[in-house]
Amino acid sequence: MGDVILKMEGITKSFHTVKALVDGRIELRGGEVHALLGENGAGKSTLIKVLGGIYQADGGTITINNEPAHIHDVSSARQHGVSVIHQELLMMPHMTIAENIFAGREIESVRGFVSKSKMVRQAQEMLDNFELPLYAGGRLGKLTIANQQMVEIIKAISFGARIIVMDEPTSSLSDKEVNALFDSIRKLKAQGIGIIYISHRLSELDEISDRITIMRDGSYIDTVVTKDTKREELISKMVGRSLESYYTREQSATDEIVLKVEGISDGNLVKDVSFDLKKGEILGFSGLVGSGRSEAMKCIFGLSKLRSGKISVGGKEVNLKCPTDSMKMGIGLVAENRKEEGLYLKRNVRYNISIGVLEKFIKGIVVKKSNEDQIASEYVDKMSIKISSLNQKISNLSGGNQQKAIIGRWLAANPKILILDEPTRGVDVGAKAEIYKIMNALAKDGMAIIMVSSEMPEILNMSDRVVVMSHGHVSGIVSGDDMNQETIMTMATKEF
Amino acid sequence: MSNDKAKLSRAQKWSSNSLVESLKENSGVLIGFLIICVILSVSSEVFLTQRNVFNVLRQLANNLFLSCGMFMVILLGGIDLSVGSNMAVSGVLCAGFISYNLLPAPVAIVLALLCGLIIGLINATIISFTNIPPFIVTLATMNIGRGFARLYTSSKTIPVNNDLFGGIGTGNIFGVVPMQAIYIIIILIMTGLILGSSKLGRHIYATGDNRTAAMFSGINTTKVTFFVFMYSALMSSFAGIVLASRMFAGTATAGEGAEMDAIAAVVLGGTSMSGGVGKLSGVVIGVFLIAVLNNGMNLLNIDSSWQFIVKGIVILIAVYIDYLKKTRDK
Repeated sequence: MGDVILKMEGITKSFHTVKALVDGRIELRGGEVHALLGENGAGKSTLIKVLGGIYQADGGTITINNEPAHIHDVSSARQHGVSVIHQELLMMPHMTIAENIFAGREIESVRGFVSKSKMVRQAQEMLDNFELPLYAGGRLGKLTIANQQMVEIIKAISFGARIIVMDEPTSSLSDKEVNALFDSIRKLKAQGIGIIYISHRLSELDEISDRITIMRDGSYIDTVVTKDTKREELISKMVGRSLESYYTREQSATDEIVLKVEGISDGNLVKDVSFDLKKGEILGFSGLVGSGRSEAMKCIFGLSKLRSGKISVGGKEVNLKCPTDSMKMGIGLVAENRKEEGLYLKRNVRYNISIGVLEKFIKGIVVKKSNEDQIASEYVDKMSIKISSLNQKISNLSGGNQQKAIIGRWLAANPKILILDEPTRGVDVGAKAEIYKIMNALAKDGMAIIMVSSEMPEILNMSDRVVVMSHGHVSGIVSGDDMNQETIMTMATKEF
Repeated sequence: MSNDKAKLSRAQKWSSNSLVESLKENSGVLIGFLIICVILSVSSEVFLTQRNVFNVLRQLANNLFLSCGMFMVILLGGIDLSVGSNMAVSGVLCAGFISYNLLPAPVAIVLALLCGLIIGLINATIISFTNIPPFIVTLATMNIGRGFARLYTSSKTIPVNNDLFGGIGTGNIFGVVPMQAIYIIIILIMTGLILGSSKLGRHIYATGDNRTAAMFSGINTTKVTFFVFMYSALMSSFAGIVLASRMFAGTATAGEGAEMDAIAAVVLGGTSMSGGVGKLSGVVIGVFLIAVLNNGMNLLNIDSSWQFIVKGIVILIAVYIDYLKKTRDK
């Protein structure tokens, strides 16, 4: 590792009366991947946004290359060699790769006029240097998320960035893409570039990071060397207590088949999918991104039309034309993208929970507000959602609490079959453990749960059986001793 | 790898022919336009006459000016409803400056253009600094502008008796080609250069595509917003002056509903209402389609009530074809 290139000390930042950062600290060396770890709300993002010039710190010092740095906006951060790659990629999907790379500093032929060919040529050189088989004049939006991310990284380097911050870069990547990303991170390291890496996936940190700084409640907790530190130690530092049982799973599966899916296809991404689901069971769904898992769930939930195959609920064949049909059959779906497909972001917690069971408190034109409050608070308690009041806007909650609110919404509808698509994506460790506990309790009460997940540990520890999908087909169903990473990965990469 | 290279060079060849590409993109509207032209040239003897063609050109010029401005605004993800009443404001002011204040025509025109620009400045300022959506802001300035034009004229026509001024809208070059043809060429080249080749154009597309990303790329989105709304205002102000010249008068009712024709042309041209996507060539086709449709229905003596209905249906069909094509491409 090289010299210290960045030092942030005693950074404070408040929003109105809320202290987001009490004591933010990090020390980064050249050629180092330094992970920043903490639960949602620990202050990681705020610290990063201060570094990136998006927020102004209230206090503290930033030192870059042993000189005090004053970062007051995005462009001054860039002048100091700092580039942030945000979790929600900040790019222009309808413009070309070259235009994205050179946005805001276009190459001119005559003053004020852009030289398209020069921009494409230079961008192409950058892509070639990274061995990305892409055409710089092609539209960015047509690339995979992983490639878009690569373009953003290349853009950062083209600014002469020496410090690159990656905020949850792997959250929507498949394993293969993650490996490609890690390869390029290693390339950056070799060039002496320092990387601050934020991720919730502890397993990744072992592989890619050199040191880890842990934050909690807006404060610096500790910096450790990755290879000398055990995972339990990290978790306990992160949550401030030890989590004895991170995964909670007691056997509760019965022999009673509640859902039988036979050879369903949607004419597109789902091909001849068959499986059955038992009462009290947690059935894991594994596979690479794009393997058709979520699409299969959409068929079961009546969101996509079946081209062939049949679905039986409780032994009776059903025709599910729309989600209302599925809900009547007792099926619930917590969708993959909670912000786009789940939440009413502009509304409060009460609204977001009660929206699924309007008939319980609206009769004709009479709205019984007290009933609505009762329903909402019941599930806030059951799911232990942390809120200040039912009137709090859902968008102000942490990812974990938002997720629990959506699950609560579905539980209010009292489903027999609950489909959870990536239930812990973007959720911090503490909330994850709570969601696992809730899933276990639900299964014990006799609910049948399908859990679609890209996180292997979650699949292995929570599922009774695992359905593995590849290219739209079910490539295998495993249970017991066969339920291990190797077997599942082999099945997930099977060609059809 | 060599396979990839081949693919790349193919892709390069593809994108180099951007005119063919954009015509292909707008094929739905283009085919509609051609069909209407064929039907009209068969069913009406007048349609293809030189006189009628120039007449269409004169009529579509105003909508083309408005559409160039509206196109930029919509690319930015906004909308400008004030263009129609801006036409009236600029028209009556220009007429007033000449007839009431006895200013020479060129001075009056420059002053009227400046007044029109002020409307754009007001729009941009409110939108940039209050975050009120452009729809609401320009809805308000549309009403204010219309009211102002009525107050200024006391709801009467202001006649202009000035040959120089009259020449702007009714003059010909070489005795036959209407002046509008010159304006159209100049404004299309100007708008095309700004959007296609200038830094500012990139910034407009970028801001409309993803405002936050544009901001984080160091693009001054406020500046872009100001330029776009003022450009739209300038275009509508110019359209208002040309219209006043054609009528030898300024009236407060000039340009009523003109904003809707401009929006229709932009949308027919395949521009995305959410911003960031669209080509000027498409907008031009949109303008021509609407103009030929209007002209043709007049030639065929179709009742004006029916003309509205037909126009509405054509817009729906053309945009739906576009939509189908786009979803299929995905």
